[in-house]
Amino acid sequence: MRYAMAIDTKKCVGCSDCVVACQTENDVPIGHCRDWVVEVMDGTYPELEMELRSERCNHCENSPCVRCCPTGASHYSDGGIVLVTKNECIGCSACITSCPYDARYVHPDGYVDKCTFCLHRVKKGMQPACVAVCPTKCMYFGDLDDPRSEVSEVLKKRKYKTLIPEAGTKPQLYFLI
Amino acid sequence: MKSRRQFLKISSLSAAGLVFGGGLLETFADNLLKSNQSYFKGPYDFTRTPTYCEVCFWKCAGWVHKDENGRIKKIIGNDDDPNCNGRFCPRGTGGVGMYFDEDRLKTPLIRTDERGKQSFREATWDEAFDYIAAKMNKIKEEHGPECTALFTHGSGGKYFGNLLKGFGSNNIAAPSYAQCRGPREVAFIATFGQGINSPENTDIRDTKCLVLIGSHLGENMHNGQVQEMSDAIDKGTTIITVDPRFSTVASKSKYWLPIKPSTDMALLLSWMNVIISEGLYDKEYIEKYAFGFEELKAHVQSFTPEWAYGITTIKPQQIRDTAREMAHAAPAVIVHPGRHVTWYGDDTQRLRAVAILNALLGSWGRRGGFYNPAKASVPHFHLPDFPTPNKDWRAAMGGKYKLADLALASGVCEATIPSPEMSCSIKGWIVNGTNLINTLPDQKKTIAAIQALDLLVVVDTMPMEITGYADVVLPECTYLERYDSLRISQGRVPSIALRMPAVDPLYNTKPAFWMARELAKKLDLLQYFPFETIEEEIDWELKQVGSSLEEMQRIGVKLMDREVDDLYFGEDEDVEFYTNTGKIELYSTALEGEGFDPMPVFTQHPEPSEGFYRLIYGRAPMHTFSRTANNPNLTDLMDENTVWVNPKVAKEWGLKNDQYVYLENQDGVISDFKIKVRVTERIRWDSVYMVHGFGHADKRLTRAFGKGVSDTQMITNVMLDPIMGGTGMRGNFVTFRFDNKKTEV
Repeated sequence: MRYAMAIDTKKCVGCSDCVVACQTENDVPIGHCRDWVVEVMDGTYPELEMELRSERCNHCENSPCVRCCPTGASHYSDGGIVLVTKNECIGCSACITSCPYDARYVHPDGYVDKCTFCLHRVKKGMQPACVAVCPTKCMYFGDLDDPRSEVSEVLKKRKYKTLIPEAGTKPQLYFLI
Repeated sequence: MKSRRQFLKISSLSAAGLVFGGGLLETFADNLLKSNQSYFKGPYDFTRTPTYCEVCFWKCAGWVHKDENGRIKKIIGNDDDPNCNGRFCPRGTGGVGMYFDEDRLKTPLIRTDERGKQSFREATWDEAFDYIAAKMNKIKEEHGPECTALFTHGSGGKYFGNLLKGFGSNNIAAPSYAQCRGPREVAFIATFGQGINSPENTDIRDTKCLVLIGSHLGENMHNGQVQEMSDAIDKGTTIITVDPRFSTVASKSKYWLPIKPSTDMALLLSWMNVIISEGLYDKEYIEKYAFGFEELKAHVQSFTPEWAYGITTIKPQQIRDTAREMAHAAPAVIVHPGRHVTWYGDDTQRLRAVAILNALLGSWGRRGGFYNPAKASVPHFHLPDFPTPNKDWRAAMGGKYKLADLALASGVCEATIPSPEMSCSIKGWIVNGTNLINTLPDQKKTIAAIQALDLLVVVDTMPMEITGYADVVLPECTYLERYDSLRISQGRVPSIALRMPAVDPLYNTKPAFWMARELAKKLDLLQYFPFETIEEEIDWELKQVGSSLEEMQRIGVKLMDREVDDLYFGEDEDVEFYTNTGKIELYSTALEGEGFDPMPVFTQHPEPSEGFYRLIYGRAPMHTFSRTANNPNLTDLMDENTVWVNPKVAKEWGLKNDQYVYLENQDGVISDFKIKVRVTERIRWDSVYMVHGFGHADKRLTRAFGKGVSDTQMITNVMLDPIMGGTGMRGNFVTFRFDNKKTEV
């Protein structure tokens, strides 16, 4: 089992609904976020191109955050999802420094927090909160090892990229382009 | 046709999040209702309660979820709701912040100093109602009941409306008409005999070509439409966007036409020219349904793409290519009527051009164009007749705006300012859920009107600029803490939705129904409020359509039968349109009858002088009006607006990204607050852009106060639409200032 997410940059309108939905679902304190929207512009008026991307933890197959965690709080869970065990985390922030995607933050309670792919929902057969809420339905989530999962299907059909592949982290967040 | 009810999906009660099984829950709700009919106390035993969203006007139905302590946790969409299909937008998802905002109005307030000073004393509800009733009776005695008015946006309007009508006035206005979509309604009624309404009857789901002219779909987050646009993108629909700004949807379009602002009419006329001269229009459709084609053909003959190029800066080949794309997709094409279409004062005519273009392409009544919506039919309890007012706001307008089919908020405001021409100006306002200072353009005029009042009552959940001017502030509980009347939606499938309280109201806040009824008691108008509680009224209405309050508490949304299966015109169907000629009027006899141009003409609008830039404003997906600027969840996403400046302009002025500046308009108005510069290629060099709803001047809004600039403050040149009184708000030019000696921030 290999959980992954594909995000269609052609449909994302950058509304940040994914961000609010994540905050209310996961009690992310106001002022912090586990996911965010990036806007990339290219060209000069009126020859312009723009890409909108909802980003979050890449749940890398080769995760520097898991490797560098001194207490083992950062670990791989079901289907390769990278999690932090709250009460094992000492808040040293080594994982934050090692993450090329800047996907982690220090929770006001002192531990490091980040996207969990909403594993608590996934276990119940539900989609992550961001995927479930997205009005443009631009996010696909599922098991890459299942060739019939939504995410496998869409990656077969569309061109895609991953972020900073040169970091060698083998990210599991795919952007459809 | 098959009954839609057969498709009605009853949400499974065993789904995640519910404590009770279905049977138990029903019994529980039954008992609760029986034992507790006066007021539905916080039903903490429901872990989810139905609601429809009140953050914007789309009114998506959803579920409010609570945690094990009965505390509101999250709001998600109702899968059965055609307005949202189970997916809320960021504003709806962030609706929880409205409840948790500690800056909320908490108790009734009575003003103790001059208007605008924000000096109040706390009052009891009874005191507040006594005060209002005494003043209203005094106005009635001295001037007549017609000298009162209601401004409303939102659900409570129905009850204050009944109160006012019972009192003897029909001055009931919503800024959503004269400040937003009115020109579109009048234009489409003049052309097709029917307006567009809300949600719009655009068949985006099935369209092959979507044309957006000045409409930033996606940033405006009109939920159902955005969802359909996304589906259309999946299917490879051609999107054509006309906008001086590289909007989000422009970046998703096959064609982006970066038009010179204020010249849209030239482009529309030139598109008609191409479509007619190249014979691309729907000949059968026009012959069968339209009136005035020959006149139109002659009228647009000179409006060639080359003519339009000089005006719009859009290349003739692009105009031809896009016109052909539309015709190629026709009739599955939508030239979108837009929303907030009050720009330059000739807006009804511009929207007429949009309507005519759609008619030429044969999209009205056709799949992928405009479908025929159906409204759920729910009978309301028959109230005794309202007294007939002797006069209304129109009396102050000197016979103008006869084609406006709803009251103009700006017109009522105008009718409040005393003038020698008027026998009586309006003396009392009730303002429900609309921050008029930031909603109506020309703040000076709004304040002048307010200062002439004998009574200003403001009903709101939050302190706002308008509450500062109130004599009495009535704190409403949020939509998460109250019942409201049923949401009755039109659409492909008509639907109704219930809103019920998820929790008890915080502080000393109350629902509008209760306030209006208590006031009715004091004013001896209880006959217009036959139900003691809103639950009884809703239950009565629901029983008329074979449902009940209890059923709706479980399912939240109910789809209704469509009376006739007439989503689209049948082949060779004879259709009579509600116009004078019974046809689609390319040549408008109604406009001609009132002395206006029967076909749209191009007017050149003033341009900014050296060093000034046209002020363009719009929406961000996470904010609605000025209502959400203090919402903790939404402010977290965006806490101030920025002024978008083209890099060429930034270079000339030496402006850097994230630098703060003040703005000054051509009438010398300097913004109270400063705004952050955003240097971006996404805006033309002759314009600047900002998001509406920021620059709040009320200190009690701890998150929003002084953040960014209020575009409304900068709008002083209001170009009135002579046809329907819409307030054109794109006529201001601004320049940059590096100080504002009057204010300190």
